[in-house]
Order: sequence, then structure tokens, then C-alpha cells
Amino acid sequence: MVERTRTRTRYGGSRGTGRGARATVAVALLASGLSACGGESGPPTLNWYINPDNGGQARLAESCTKAAGGKYRIATSVLPNDATQQREQLIRRLAAKDSGIDIMSLDPVFVAEAANAGFLRPFEEGEKAQFTQGVFPPAVENSTWEGKLYAAPFWANTQILWYRKSAAQKAGIDPKAADFTWDKLIDAAARAGVTVGVQANRYEGYMVWINALVESAGGRIISAAERGDDAAIDIGSPAGRQAAAIIAKLAGSKAAGPTMSTDDEEAARNLLNGPRGGFMVNWGYIWRAQNGDAKDGVIDKSIPADMDWARYPRAVAGQESKPPFGGIELGIGAYGKHKDTYAVEAVRCITSADNMKKYMIDSGNPAARASVYDDPEVRKEFPMADLIRDSINTAAPRPITPYYTDVSGAVQSRWHPPGSVDPNSTPAESATFIRQVLRDQALL
Amino acid sequence: MTAVETAPAASENGRKRPEISDRGRSERRLGLMLAAPAVIVMLLVTAYPLFNALYLSLFSYRLTSPEDREFVWFANYATALSDPLFWQNVLTTFFITAVTVAVELVIGFALAMVMHRALFLRRTLRTAILLPYGIVTVISAFAWLYAFDLTSGFVNPWFGLGEYDWFGGRWSSLFVIILSEIWKTTPFVSLLLLAGLAQVPRDLGEAATVDGATAWQRLWRVTIPNMKAAIMVAMLFRTLDAWRIFDNVFIMTRGQNDTQTLSFLTYQQTITRTAIGLGNAVGVLLFLSVLLIAVIYIRGFRVDLSQVRGDR
Repeated sequence: MVERTRTRTRYGGSRGTGRGARATVAVALLASGLSACGGESGPPTLNWYINPDNGGQARLAESCTKAAGGKYRIATSVLPNDATQQREQLIRRLAAKDSGIDIMSLDPVFVAEAANAGFLRPFEEGEKAQFTQGVFPPAVENSTWEGKLYAAPFWANTQILWYRKSAAQKAGIDPKAADFTWDKLIDAAARAGVTVGVQANRYEGYMVWINALVESAGGRIISAAERGDDAAIDIGSPAGRQAAAIIAKLAGSKAAGPTMSTDDEEAARNLLNGPRGGFMVNWGYIWRAQNGDAKDGVIDKSIPADMDWARYPRAVAGQESKPPFGGIELGIGAYGKHKDTYAVEAVRCITSADNMKKYMIDSGNPAARASVYDDPEVRKEFPMADLIRDSINTAAPRPITPYYTDVSGAVQSRWHPPGSVDPNSTPAESATFIRQVLRDQALL
Repeated sequence: MTAVETAPAASENGRKRPEISDRGRSERRLGLMLAAPAVIVMLLVTAYPLFNALYLSLFSYRLTSPEDREFVWFANYATALSDPLFWQNVLTTFFITAVTVAVELVIGFALAMVMHRALFLRRTLRTAILLPYGIVTVISAFAWLYAFDLTSGFVNPWFGLGEYDWFGGRWSSLFVIILSEIWKTTPFVSLLLLAGLAQVPRDLGEAATVDGATAWQRLWRVTIPNMKAAIMVAMLFRTLDAWRIFDNVFIMTRGQNDTQTLSFLTYQQTITRTAIGLGNAVGVLLFLSVLLIAVIYIRGFRVDLSQVRGDR
């Protein structure tokens, strides 16, 4: 009891100042809030919701603000890290008709959903050409819903096979050979005691892999998506079974990483840099990330020099592979105050070929316009520019459907963990399950 | 919950109600007026969302296609209750709850004894024991995730587990989730039990010692029976808490390898799939199960909440 009284007196004085400080903070917050409300007197502000990057998008926002000459300014707000959570936040805000979203960086797979729900402002016929000319076809396809362009391709992405030259030599294979398949890759890696890194955690990245395998084997996961829950579900086809066979083979092989069922992009990169590192399929950011890490001393300096790249492996011999497609499309919010004027102008500025090139060199993310890849500066920074361009050109988008989250979640649920995948049952089971989920007859 | 405490009044039904004096009446009015703001706020923040959830759960409704909204009566409940995934999640949640509550009760009791009996460094000891409880669950979840992670973790090298992937299997994932949960919330249990221990009269223990009881006998025959109320309240709060576990699962496994819990299932339907109808149906079922647990404890075990007060 004595102690308690002492405490009270001891902290009595400081508590008074604490209250004073708190009041000051409150007044300051109030004032800043008021000034934010009164900010309309200056040029209008466009809010651009961006996926986290190295600051490249914020720098583009700055340079486009400058280019606007005082007409408007672009402010950026960062969304969560992974694509699924970025979508969750945007969809919830848009469903509440948030007028504060002017421009948003959207993962291509979520454009159809937002467009179908009326959350995005479609581009008019007259505006369309400037956003699609010279842009990779898969990027345009992913930005289009029911014949209308709902988003402007900003940057495009694809996966290629990254590998250590020393490992390929040890395994006695040439990944650049014309008929290089997953089968050959897994067998050779297992023989040489090196790993094949993939993304097989239960998340969107696993869906990327599954879709690329199914498409490379000549099939599709679903088609006729515009029919909603009556869409044709094709994952149970022979192509689906071939994809399952490849996943099961890797999961059961010594070439699989020890944490294959929880590996994401960075885990696969760690695997490649580890003592058993050999091969991995991964996005275009790898080159920049590896060189940066080597410079900072995070990984051994010899690793980037030992690295090489090849096209995404084939699922079946004699049939060209269809690499994954990713990237970011810029959508304009349907409820924004400046959606028909400044927002369109700002998107035009951000997606110009010049700015795409700037962003590619700044962030390491590949541009969505093919012409950028002929630029000498880009070619110097990205020795694999031609391969990335060709891969994006022939990439297979994931299913374009307003119910993408359901389809992807259903596939992940039945195909995870990779060790449980059985070519004879998994594809057919997942086909039934997708239908149930689409019709709200099953939980996910 | 207060209904239980006022229940004895029912036996006086037969008698004529006593006259209320003017003073009594005005006091009652004042009491009602004083309570009214709190009741109104409660209704606004608790009852409204609850009934709204109940209402929405009767629709087939997607946030992304509001115009396809359709009244389907109890179809969402039928879907949820007939789905094997729902029951698997119930089982997972039950497993996590049973293990964590049991383990926390034992460790919590031991810690409460230490705090109760400590002769020196009392405040430091109590602070040290309570520290995990002051950490945000998401942060502690990340700490445990990274500790058991293969690339950044120290657990595998310490115990010579090589390349063992903790999050690659159901039971090993649940093990880490449960461990983190226990580490985080045992202090809460020990705090409630400490309050119970303090209520056990010292003379009882001394009398038992004089009668020749061993320490073990004193614990089982004197201390524990005298703090039964505190134990039951601690168990009730912890069971309700554990039953709603979400953060650890969300951060560590995102529900993969069959580690989904009921809260996570609700999140998945409502937030990720934006299936508002189905999600709210699962949410209402979760609420009903929480209610059931509370009723079982209060009616079945006759927990008297007025005995020990402890809030999260």
C-alpha cells in the first residue's frame, strides 16, 4: 500500500505534462485533419493506390505531377504486400463506393471481377488505342472485360527458368535446348543433387504454376468464364492430369526443396542461392534482386556470375511452353471525382513508353510495351530482355473471370500440399469442387 | 449472464411485492437514466451488427455482384453445416482449444503459485511473467513463425532438426500455433488464478499443516477446492478466447495443411471470397457456438462471474 502511494506521487508531476503533451498532439492532429479537408483550394489531388515496390511508382507519381504543370497532383498510398490482400482492401473500399480511389495498381487477375462489379471506369473507344498500341496481347486481354478496356497495362511480368550454370553443367543438361521439359529438368536435378525451386505455398503463386503447367500442356483450367457459375471447367482434362503428374513428380523427387509446400518466390530464390541451389522458375525481378544482394554482401558475389536463364520448361515434349503472365494494370475508380478528366490524363502519363522504360530500369519490373525492350539502356540492364519479351508475348493468362478468387482458391485447396497431388484423382476432384464453390455450395 | 445471479428472486413470486417508497422509485429512475446511455451504446455496437449479420446470412449475396442478391432462407446454413470442411474446422478449433486451455491451466497455476509465494523480487517477477500477455498477438505470431522458419529460424539448428519443415504438415503446424498461443495467454490465466489464490484464507492451510497434511494434500484438499470459482472463470474466459483463435493461424499458415479454424473460415468466406451471405452464416454459427460454451460453463459448471473479475 505504501508503495502504491509513493508511485502516485512519483508520477504525479509527469502525468500532468503527459496530459499537456497529449492535448498538443490532439490539437496538431485536428489541425492537420482540417487542413487536409481545406486542401481543395490547391490543385486537385489524385489518389493512386499502389502495390509495394522500391519507390518507383511514387517517383513516377512525382514526375507526372510535375508534367501536369499544376493541373493536378498525384499522391500514392501503399497497399498490402500480397496480391490477395491488395484485392481484399480495394474491393471492400470500392463496394462502399469510396470516392477517394482515383487510380489503382491492379493485379491482372482481379480486373475482370472489379470491372464486372462496376467498380472500374471503362476507357472510351477513343481512349483505347493509346493504352493498347504496342502493348503485349496478354496484358490487353487481361485488361478487357466483355469487349471493353477497363484498365491500362502498366508493366507486364512473366516467369523464366533461372539456373546456376555450374548446376546445369553438373547435371549434364542444357536448359536452353529446344525440347527442354519439366521431366528432363526434374530427373537431371535429382541426379545431380540440386534443387528445382517453385512456388507451391497455398497462395496465388501456386495457382500461377498450376495454370502455366495446364496451359503448357495444351489445356485450360476454366473457359467460357462469361457464363458465370456455368463456366466450362476443364481442369479435369488430360492437360490437367499432365500438370498434376509434373507437380507430383517434383514433390516426390529429391529435387524438391525441403519446404516446397510453403515456398514462395523469395523462398525459391533462397533455395537457388543455397548450397543445393540449381534451378527455379521465377519472375523477372530476380536479376535485379540477385545483383542487389550480391552488391550488399547478402549473397556471395560469385552467384550472379554463375546465373543463367532459359525459357519456361515445356510440360510436354514437342509443344512450346506457355509461361505465366503477371504484372500490374492501372484501373480508374468508378466513384472518383476526376475519373473522366485528370485520372485518365494521369494514367496516360504513367503508362507512356518513356515512363514504362524509366520504371523498368528503376524497379526491375518489365514494361508492358514491346518497344521498350529495344532500348539500348534497357538491354544493357537486362541481358535477358529478349527472352522476357518473347515469354510475355506467348504467356498464358490465368482464367479471366469475375469469380477468379473462388476458382483460384478452389484449385489451391485441392492441389495443396503438392505432395498429395495424384494425377488420377486431383484434377477431376478439383473440377467438381470449383463448380460447387462457384455455386456457393461449398465453403472454401 | 446476470440472469443467473438474479434467478433466486423467482422463488419469491408467490409473495406480494413490497410497496416501493418515493425515494426508492426515484432512485430506480435515476438508476435507469444512468444506465441508459450504456445500454443504448451496447445496442448500437453489439445488437445492430448481430441482427444485421443474421439478416444478411439469409441471402445469397456477393459484394462484387450486389444486383444478384437473392433471399435463400436458411440455405447458407445448410451449405455450411453439410460441408465436411466446416466440421473439420470445428474439430481443429476444438483441438486447439482443449490443448491450450488444459496446458495453460497447469502452467498458469504453477506461475500463479510462484507469484503468490515469491518473497523477493516480487514486482520484477510479476512483470516478467505478464510480459508475453502485453505483446500484440500478431507480433508474437510473427516471432514464433520466424523462430520455426527454416531459413531464418533458430529452432532447427538448436535442436539439430536439419531441414525439418514445421509448417509443411498439419500436426507440426498446429504444434507451433498452440505453443505460441500458450506462451502468449498463460499469463492471463495465471493472473486470474493469482486472484483466486489470494482469496484462499491462510488459516485453512495452517490448520491443515497442524493436522499433518502434506503439501500435496494441502494443494488438492484445501487450496484448489477453495479457488474453484477462480479456476472456472479462468477456464471460461480462456475457452471463449481460444475458440475464436485467428491471428496465429492467419500469420503462420494462412489455413494451409488443414489448420483452418472457425474464425479463419468466416474470414475466408466474408473477406476473401466476399460471399457475404455464406460468410455471415458461418459467423452466426461461430457466435452460437460461443454462446453454447458460455451457457455450458455458467449453467453446467455453475460459474459465478461475480466471484472473480478479470477482463482482457
